[in-house]
Amino acid sequence: MNQSHRIPGGQIDRTKVLRFTLDGVPYWGHPGDTLASALLANGVRLMGRSFKYHRPRGPLSAGSEEPNALVELRSGGRQEPNTRATVAELLDGLEAKSQNRWPSLRFDALAINDRLNAFFAAGFYYKTFMWPKSFWEKLYEPIIRRAAGLGSVSRQEDPDGYDKGFLHCDLLVIGAGPAGLMAALTAGRAGARVIVADEDFAFGGRLNAESFAVAGGAGADWSAGVVAELATLPNVRLMARTTVLGAFDHGIYSAVERVSDHVAVPAVGKPRQVLWRIYSGRAILAGGATERPIAFENNDRPGIMLAGALRAYANRWGVAVGERVAVFVNNDDGLRTASDLQAKGVDVVAVIDSREGGELLPGIRHLRGAEVIDTSGRLGLKAITVRQSDGRTEEIRVDALGVSGGWNPNVNIHSHHRSRPVWDNTISAFVPGADGPPGLLVAGAAAGVMSTHGALRTGRDAALAALESLGRKAAAIDLPEAEDAPVRITPLWHVAHGKGRAWIDQQNDVTVKDIKLAQQENFTSVEHLKRYTTLGMATDQGKTGNVIGLAVMAELTGRTIPETGTTIYRPPYTPVAMGALAGRSRGREFKPYRLTPSHHWAAEQGAVFVEVGNWLRTQWVPRADETEWRQSVDREVLATRRSVGICDVTTLGKIDIQGTDAGAFLDRVYANTFSTLPVGKCRYGLMLREDGIVFDDGTTARMGEHEYVMTTTTANAVTVFRHLEFCRQCLWPDLDVQLISTTEAWAQFSVAGPNARRLLAKIVDQDISDAAFPYMGAGNVTVCGGLRARLFRISFSGELAFEIAVPTRYGDALLREMLARGAEFDPVVYGTEALGVMRIEKGHVAGGELNGQSTALNMGLGKMVSRKKDSIGMVLSQREGLTDPDGYRLVGVKPVDPLGKLTAGSHFLEIGAASVVANDGGWLTSKVYSPHIGSDIALGYLKAGDRKIGSRMRAVNLVGGTDTEIEIVSPHFFDPDGERLRG
Amino acid sequence: MAEMLQAMTALGARSPAVVTIGPLTVTERFDIAFASVAARRGQMARLAKAAKAAKVPLPDPARYQGGTPYCAFWVAPEMWLVEAAFASHELIAAALKDALGDTASITEQTDAWVAFDLAAPDLSPLLERLCNVDFPGVPDGYATRTMLEHLGCYLVRLGPGAVRLYGPRSSAKSLLHALEVAAASAW
Repeated sequence: MNQSHRIPGGQIDRTKVLRFTLDGVPYWGHPGDTLASALLANGVRLMGRSFKYHRPRGPLSAGSEEPNALVELRSGGRQEPNTRATVAELLDGLEAKSQNRWPSLRFDALAINDRLNAFFAAGFYYKTFMWPKSFWEKLYEPIIRRAAGLGSVSRQEDPDGYDKGFLHCDLLVIGAGPAGLMAALTAGRAGARVIVADEDFAFGGRLNAESFAVAGGAGADWSAGVVAELATLPNVRLMARTTVLGAFDHGIYSAVERVSDHVAVPAVGKPRQVLWRIYSGRAILAGGATERPIAFENNDRPGIMLAGALRAYANRWGVAVGERVAVFVNNDDGLRTASDLQAKGVDVVAVIDSREGGELLPGIRHLRGAEVIDTSGRLGLKAITVRQSDGRTEEIRVDALGVSGGWNPNVNIHSHHRSRPVWDNTISAFVPGADGPPGLLVAGAAAGVMSTHGALRTGRDAALAALESLGRKAAAIDLPEAEDAPVRITPLWHVAHGKGRAWIDQQNDVTVKDIKLAQQENFTSVEHLKRYTTLGMATDQGKTGNVIGLAVMAELTGRTIPETGTTIYRPPYTPVAMGALAGRSRGREFKPYRLTPSHHWAAEQGAVFVEVGNWLRTQWVPRADETEWRQSVDREVLATRRSVGICDVTTLGKIDIQGTDAGAFLDRVYANTFSTLPVGKCRYGLMLREDGIVFDDGTTARMGEHEYVMTTTTANAVTVFRHLEFCRQCLWPDLDVQLISTTEAWAQFSVAGPNARRLLAKIVDQDISDAAFPYMGAGNVTVCGGLRARLFRISFSGELAFEIAVPTRYGDALLREMLARGAEFDPVVYGTEALGVMRIEKGHVAGGELNGQSTALNMGLGKMVSRKKDSIGMVLSQREGLTDPDGYRLVGVKPVDPLGKLTAGSHFLEIGAASVVANDGGWLTSKVYSPHIGSDIALGYLKAGDRKIGSRMRAVNLVGGTDTEIEIVSPHFFDPDGERLRG
Repeated sequence: MAEMLQAMTALGARSPAVVTIGPLTVTERFDIAFASVAARRGQMARLAKAAKAAKVPLPDPARYQGGTPYCAFWVAPEMWLVEAAFASHELIAAALKDALGDTASITEQTDAWVAFDLAAPDLSPLLERLCNVDFPGVPDGYATRTMLEHLGCYLVRLGPGAVRLYGPRSSAKSLLHALEVAAASAW
């Protein structure tokens, strides 16, 4: 293809050629082109198919508001659907594909929908597919889903990285047109920290698209000069290709920067996009305005576009969209398109002005008081039909039509906090209301000030006001000379003619007829109108269509447009890639990992790890001859019970609690008493929530008169610490208590089994005999000839057991030393699975039982809740509903047949009872295979369970299809009298 | 101290890591002893006096203060984290307890954290990708708690191109990875 429609001028670099394809067909363009401008330069107007009717479509606009020219860019893992060709920067080798068509863009089989349009009016799917009901999920919905949607995803992993970041400034300027640049210059020269963000790759906004002069020269030259000065200021950050997406609380804005979208492949290490969170002292919205079309029959053909876009393609990109062009306007601004194109030698065959008194341009035929009532041309505009003021109609052969229905200020970001825009009759458009986000000022066309002079002036003044409110002074810069034309518009929303379809929302195929239907069916509220017709619900968020839709509804209901109102504006301003929202948090890097002190040793042994929160814990350590996980776990359990096992328990939360009121503090946060605990001892503690439900458990040791060390469960380490800080700071600030987490500071190992003491005696420098270090003893010791350590004689396995802690850097060495020095005892390192088996054999509660809905009484620990003192949760734990003698009690469960299988989550049912909710007796909370018992065993909550020990029931799992006869037993399967752990 | 037990760095090595990514150098600091000092209730005046005598700086909120043998930064009302050389002060908690007595609660924190010293001509492009600290806008000696790669960290600005970062020790590898990825993105 040659560039048949390229004309002189524009801001493209004609010395370089960029080659690209659309649907495999090769084209070429130049640096500075967008995909749309390059395609138009090559004479391609047809770029997409519409959502519902599969109508042939070309670009309507030259910016991010584009509803039609949506393509898939790139291929493979980099494929990106629904990309607006009007903002996609052209690059060499770019691959673009049209979408929502089959088999080809020019011939699309589903265009049959257009013929059948009578069946697809607004709300058709609410009225169709209603019978039979069962067909909806299996048949109708899948068919609709297959037919609907625009682009497709490749389902391959995106190979590119995305990043996130945080920026800070005194003033954020959103948009770098005349208003934004003037604001930035004013604040930048005053020394303020300024960020200027613009979604375009070139700064200047409409100055790049217009022909009028600023400061006696081209507008684009003026903006280039300002940008050059701003670039020299160290306090100004210029961010091109950066779309501000939304306004959030406290002056925070989000923005996405397209770092690498304009290159074929991101440079090594560079992200494709960065999502920025911008903290601003003040912000100025200088986002300009969006032109709106006028609805008339068949107003959606390729070649029909906004008048401002038509001249933007000519002025900025050197592209004449058509050879014979007409312009249809209801305001003066659209006339600029006719004069600009004429000046560039394009044949402007007619100006159709719906007003009687519009300006007359020399050398161009004007049809005043006239309207375009229809068009023709299947895959591109061939002719328009004009109804003149006297009622006569005339067909005019054109291949491009510019339409201008006026301009809508881009109020979106100003309305993100639910500020409702207000109607301005002088420009026939909504302008920002009074109650926008605090700290956000609006300037230029976004504020409804439509002239270039007005934009420059309000941009400067907004910056002065913003800085003054920040307590900074700035000099008022002289304004460059610029046009200051008033807005002259006589609103025309849609052309009343015939029965054909006149498009309002081109992306979602919403027509004037659909609005009428909504009104007939009483969906007249804008929010109902939106949802019934899908007006403004496409990815363009109705930037070109919404106001026309509202205006048509206003007309139909006899209300004014402001009375009809607008829908809610929400972030993001333009669509954002999911990758940008995820940033670096994906795949293996989704979250940070926490490695235990024994991690490197375990990895050397080929251990299997399990994620516990962010921790990677050793789950079991297989030996070479073990082919199945149970073999490893059974071995670890049996070896521990036979001799000695070591387990890394560093992950349990550790909180250092000091202060003269530390004991009193613990009495309040624990259900049982700690102030009476002697120094050098530890005690199992139960912590309740305010509502009486068990929150967490653990062992707390008294290391000194005013010093305790609390342990928490691994899962609740952070939440317990946060809870304690809340209690300390907010509930009882009068107590002398200081807290700090020491979870990571100490490497802690459980050493359990009959030979635990013998092994540790080879490590610990002090006497740890039963007399010197009795059950539940705790204290500071030294190991290996003088290293400070902590020793606790506690057990969750039922075995004689200790926990020994050293500073984390020595944890790896301590483990290796214990294994080496204790070799004669054949010690085993066990993981979380064996830990779980042994704690269930011993009947200790853990995650399955500490489920956020169980009380101490349920767990068989009711006596631990002291009534002699007040503590968090004590009073509410005594509620009638929580003290029901027939309530749930923790029990042990064994299958009657040792080969019988148990499943956690199974429900207790009496033998012979129907498997219905009414007969439910409770559930199995945890289940393991016990090599000690020789069968599955489980813990569970059973109604009146304490009175059912010895009885037989069934464990029923309707999901898994199991029904096992069981015996209810004490939860203490192993050493119920605790002789071993006191040994 | 413990001849029998060989120390391991947070990154699982015998010696601290030095990593260079573009203009950035990340140096793991394995030679810093670290402890928290929190005033006992109503003891601030006595603590200040004892700290002054022991040359333990107790800087204002959001500040770091160097010194010999102790440096410190503020972390919470009437609470500081105190640094000293590991070689001479491995028993930093005991030393501080001796100096400050019952005026403060003191807890060893040396191995609760991994310390990375970051060096580059200007660290702003890196840090703006990692945390919401307004790094170019804060003075040297600024110290704050911040979230970095989902991890609660302490950041001390020693200069425009010098930062000491304390992160949770167990996540040292993830933290370093985040620094490497962000550095590649920034430069």
